[in-house]
Amino acid sequence: MVRFKINGQERTHDGDPEMPLLWYLRDIAEFTGTKFGCGMALCGACTVHQDGDAVRSCSVAMKDVNGTSITTIEGISSDGLHPVQKAWMEIKVPQCGYCQTGQIMQAIALLKQNHNPSDQEIDTAMSGNLCRCGTYQRIRAAIHQAAKELA
Amino acid sequence: MSEIQNVSRRNFLRTSFAAGTFVLGARLLPTPLWADTGAAVFQPDMFLGIASDGTVTIVAHRSEMGCGSRTALPLVLADELDADWAKVKIDQAIGDAKFGDQDTDGSHSVRSFFDQMRQVGATGRAMLISAAAKQWSVPEAECSTEPGVVLHKASNRKAGYGELAAAASQLPVPKKADVKLKDRSQWRYIGKDSALFDLPEIVTGKAIFGMDAKMPGMVYASVEHPPVLGQKVKSYDDKAALKVPGVKQTLTIPPFTPPCLFQPLGGVAVIADNTWAAFQGRKALKIEWGPSAHSEYNSGPFRKTLETTARQPGKVARNVGDVDAEFAKGGKTLEAEYYAPHLAHASMEPPVAVAEYRDGKVLAWAPTQNPQAVQETIASVMGIKKEDVTCHVTLLGGGFGRKSKPDQVAEAAVLSKQLGKPVKVVWSREDDIRFDFFHSVAAMYFKAAIGPNGKPTAWLQRTAYPPINSTFDVNAKYADDEMGLGWNNLPWDVPNHRAENGPADAHVRIGWLRSVANVYHAFGIHCFTDELAHAAKQDPVTYLLDLIGPARIVDLGAKPDPTKPEDEEAKTYPLDTARLRHVVELVAEKSGWAKRPRAAGHGFGIAVHRSFLTYVATVVEVEVDKKGQVKIPNVWTAVDAGTIVAPDNVRNQFEGAAHFSASLAMLSEITVTNGMIDQSNFNNYKLVRMGHGPKKTNVYIVESDAPPAGVGEPGVPPFAPAFFNAIYAATGKRVREMPLAKTKLV
Repeated sequence: MVRFKINGQERTHDGDPEMPLLWYLRDIAEFTGTKFGCGMALCGACTVHQDGDAVRSCSVAMKDVNGTSITTIEGISSDGLHPVQKAWMEIKVPQCGYCQTGQIMQAIALLKQNHNPSDQEIDTAMSGNLCRCGTYQRIRAAIHQAAKELA
Repeated sequence: MSEIQNVSRRNFLRTSFAAGTFVLGARLLPTPLWADTGAAVFQPDMFLGIASDGTVTIVAHRSEMGCGSRTALPLVLADELDADWAKVKIDQAIGDAKFGDQDTDGSHSVRSFFDQMRQVGATGRAMLISAAAKQWSVPEAECSTEPGVVLHKASNRKAGYGELAAAASQLPVPKKADVKLKDRSQWRYIGKDSALFDLPEIVTGKAIFGMDAKMPGMVYASVEHPPVLGQKVKSYDDKAALKVPGVKQTLTIPPFTPPCLFQPLGGVAVIADNTWAAFQGRKALKIEWGPSAHSEYNSGPFRKTLETTARQPGKVARNVGDVDAEFAKGGKTLEAEYYAPHLAHASMEPPVAVAEYRDGKVLAWAPTQNPQAVQETIASVMGIKKEDVTCHVTLLGGGFGRKSKPDQVAEAAVLSKQLGKPVKVVWSREDDIRFDFFHSVAAMYFKAAIGPNGKPTAWLQRTAYPPINSTFDVNAKYADDEMGLGWNNLPWDVPNHRAENGPADAHVRIGWLRSVANVYHAFGIHCFTDELAHAAKQDPVTYLLDLIGPARIVDLGAKPDPTKPEDEEAKTYPLDTARLRHVVELVAEKSGWAKRPRAAGHGFGIAVHRSFLTYVATVVEVEVDKKGQVKIPNVWTAVDAGTIVAPDNVRNQFEGAAHFSASLAMLSEITVTNGMIDQSNFNNYKLVRMGHGPKKTNVYIVESDAPPAGVGEPGVPPFAPAFFNAIYAATGKRVREMPLAKTKLV
């Protein structure tokens, strides 16, 4: 039996302990804001926070979720929008939008560790998150804007 | 021509709108750039509804894959209606022939429906004014509107659209000639910065993509497809698969009968309680596959075949003057060959669909660019009527042309019939890359005779590649349908010119990818142009302007064919070299071309290309370090797409196009060994990541009152040639094949 929290709520899982967190979130807990993109931690679409750190949920087995606290895009703000989401709206980052929840989760984790990242630091931190529409320029701008807001 | 009916009186839309709703339906005639393969019924309807609470519902009949169509068209309608955008709801249309062409491709959603959306909105506004004027016993001419409200300023009266909806629904619909459209200066939304309608849902994770669709009681399926096109299941062993926790059973999907069309590839499906279990079950399957003629396909030798074909005379796509006579004079010539590989679409959302078969009918939810193709494909595969297939369209996690082909939706329907319950088919990334409808591999040959001033006096170009039509016709070898995509419309001022196309066989499914054949055509033509400029020892921009020549409408020589929408479009959208020149001059000025740095390892390149009726000139700046690592500090791109609905979204499209193109110019390649695709995921099918593509793309939109043209695709074609021309400027190395990763720069 795996015990953990999703967005502050206690959960248990007694199914396949090898099942990646991504599929638990999507198919069982029905938190579909976390997206499937590659299944190999190559694209970042499935990024969530495990005890505050950004992880690729497609590559974290449920057995390794035991005793940890998971935050998904649905849980990052209890009232209104997180400053990173606000910046994403103001800069009008998304095109298709599919990768953007993963991008936002990665950006929030970055800004927690680095309150004022440089372009270079943003590029490095975000390089695991693919966007096929190519919104990288706006993602970078939105992270700078959110950093100002959070400061 | 639009014919608008007040359908609320007929209760036509009872299911969509509450009683008392004022609903307008317009009959529209769309003009798609890319002819659909299926039979099109050009008698569509587009609907607008206003509820008594003032909510305005606008039906979006085009799919949203990131280009903004789902926002832009309703925005145009709302502007002419003078609706309050905050009170607008968008209702996504199901697939239905009554909407006309719903295949969201060819960058033509706004172009084809702009006038009609204006007309529907303006007609609604006129009727609401009429209803108010009657109620107040004042002349209509004394009434005006503000968003969501009719005003009579003289008596200081006003009424909301919701209050007027019931009365308006009783009125006759005015004739088109009697409805006045707004003057451009009165537009509130068109041409102003607007946000995507779905933006709040996207950033909060609430937006529903195909991957998020579900039906009660559904099971999950993952399909093992034949590794080589055309292989059939000889036998299979599912004992180990059935032992995987969560796996329920396995089923076969019958192989397709050629041509491919959008039929499922066939194979073995693993049915499970969840996606993960289905994926795991598949890994445990043991399948013996039968033979296929395509197992001889190897992309290395095939390249040589294509190159040989491109050196031979082919079918003539356009002829001006006499290139042979000019070459026979024996003057100075330049020849070059270009090559571009197969590509996969790799939308961030892999193909996925949910479908339920019940009582001879199918209900599907899918991220599709073409819901009517879903109806047609499922109807044809399952032997039911297309009217018995209902396809709801979710948001698409990218499309790029892949999601015009609904093979995975048909898989879900076929499996649902066998299981008697709804099925969600989820393709893995590996499935997506290996079983794509691939962007074609192309070889090109160019030869120019060079006149005394360095300008070509003759220009011969030949291209050879498996055509998209091979997906629909097993005998198709010529790319007739792709010639208009940057091959038979060279806008240069050259007295002798011939464009040819040689035959090629297809051994994988071929499809259209964002900007389609323009990708390789533009790469070859604009790099060869740059070669000529350097051979003439002239500045590439000066040379390009000279080559475009004086302002004129280019005579494309073809006899207009009334059955072809593109010929109709040629009248509205003639190829105007003044506009082509202007984007070149604009991008040269904005990029500081004349004062560009000339240091070793630092280069600027330019290309100008018109596609989807939009004129785009792009300058790419590269820095190449001593290890041969390439950086792209800046891209400047000038765009003349006529009238613009959503300028900020257009900038976003062109910024994105630079990254999309940077991937194919620098990194991406699909290769084939014994009929099997060598790549499988983002570790070997590479895309640019943040910091590796263009650092900054600067987009300049030409202000224009010309009819709207495309914006989703046209940013792609000029980027790659501008990039490779910049590589030449930086390194002196002329790279004639994509992607750059295959060439060692140092």
